[in-house]
Amino acid sequence: MQETPRVASLFLNVPDWQGHHAGQHVDVRLTADDGYQAQRSYSVASAPEDARLAITVERLEDGEVSPYLVGEVKVGDKVELRGPIGGYFVWNAETSSPLLLVAGGSGIVPLMAMLRHRSAAGSKVPARLLYSSRTADDIIYKEELDRIASSGDGVEIAHALTRAQPSGWKGYSRRIDRDMVREIAWPKQQSPMVFICGPTSFVESAAGLLVDLGYDPLQIKTERFGATGG
Amino acid sequence: MGFISRGFKGKRRDNVSSSRVPPGQHVVTDFPVLSAGPTPRVSVDQWTFSIVGEIDEPKRWTWREFRALPTETVTKDIHCVTKWSKLDTSWTGVSVDTLLEGVDTAADFATVFSDGGYTTNLALDDLTGNKAWVVYEYDGQPLHPEHGGPVRLLVPHLYFWKSAKWVRGITLQNEEQPGFWETNGYHIRGDPWRAQRYWRD
Amino acid sequence: MEAAEAKVDGNAIGGLLSEIFTMEMTTAESTCASCGAVNPVGRVDVYLRAPGVVVRCPGCEQVLMRIVRGPGRYWIDLRGTRCLELAAPE
Repeated sequence: MQETPRVASLFLNVPDWQGHHAGQHVDVRLTADDGYQAQRSYSVASAPEDARLAITVERLEDGEVSPYLVGEVKVGDKVELRGPIGGYFVWNAETSSPLLLVAGGSGIVPLMAMLRHRSAAGSKVPARLLYSSRTADDIIYKEELDRIASSGDGVEIAHALTRAQPSGWKGYSRRIDRDMVREIAWPKQQSPMVFICGPTSFVESAAGLLVDLGYDPLQIKTERFGATGG
Repeated sequence: MGFISRGFKGKRRDNVSSSRVPPGQHVVTDFPVLSAGPTPRVSVDQWTFSIVGEIDEPKRWTWREFRALPTETVTKDIHCVTKWSKLDTSWTGVSVDTLLEGVDTAADFATVFSDGGYTTNLALDDLTGNKAWVVYEYDGQPLHPEHGGPVRLLVPHLYFWKSAKWVRGITLQNEEQPGFWETNGYHIRGDPWRAQRYWRD
Repeated sequence: MEAAEAKVDGNAIGGLLSEIFTMEMTTAESTCASCGAVNPVGRVDVYLRAPGVVVRCPGCEQVLMRIVRGPGRYWIDLRGTRCLELAAPE
């Protein structure tokens, strides 16, 4: 299912799938007919409660695996995967602390799994998402995020568009910085759990800003994608 | 091994059987960047190159002294152990033979050391006889930090992990001391024409 | 590609480590043999684009682990990790 011009979600039926936690990923391995193999990690986009496993993949210009997954793969094709993987970057709806999610680009994927899980589990834990994208067309899950934000369910969402903004844009129009983080983040006294995901430099910058604002580094969990996922 | 993924081709791999492409390699046109750690940032004002160890009088050049040495531009094929080869790459620098001129040593081996802690070992035979250079330009441009700039070693007849990036010197030794990758599974010598990638290859 | 973007974190080797260790490793706490910093594996610096995987301390950048996968074998160096603490089933 196409999410944005370059991003698509794939729904997978995995026999004997044991379930997963929001934030985990799977490793996908492709094998060409001459035996050549390539492998990449993709965050699970679906909530543990969802019927089907979903991953969301951004097609990268010079990618090797992503152009295959977003473009070549057809319904019915088989994909080799391993997982779920990860125990560090996970969130369970039993956690009672307020939740702060900071996403850069395709870093939204595991955080979306967390929001979907929160909703499916009926959690009322206050949650805030700060999501940085290049342009409005690059916002993944836009309609669903708008619905969540306006549902009155305790989730607030702020978007930052760093490269171009549509006319009438009310969100942030710049890269995340100290002021933006201070406006969005919970007061540190509330000890929120923080999850930051996206390209390495984005994540390190955001984590640094939060630590500078007095956040306990132990409450901040990060997942750095590097420049590309493949 | 897994099943075949229908329609997956991966990056174009020209497994052309050619006298210029060692076994198991494929030719690429881009220049992949591999790194084992953060890119060292060293200014040429502080850069020096040294030859130490089994040598009567250690040698040392500052950037200016190094740049005053005779240099040459060579065009070579390079082969990375991760299976890509790049043909006709052009480098400018000082031959290791020039750096070792007048050096009196009984050592047969060397450890090359770099900023950031990387090391690799070579037989002196593999560093001499017009086989190795200490280079500061790639393709006519100053060597980019991600490719090992300001200066890297170039030993094209061996797998490219031997061409240490961010090189700062050579320690001459009587005994072979395996370096960063050689202590962790990679072959002590690394001749791509004999596919010497791992221990016991 | 910028070298800064070549760096990812231990989440990216969760799968590789699960091949070697029987347990989930991204929550394992590693103590750096160089500077003593303790970090969950999910937070350490990982360089994947190399002849092997190099894991470094996010504080002092010294090597914590090196993992090379060759044909039919792994070579693992854990000398840079003074100690690994993992949860064990009771």
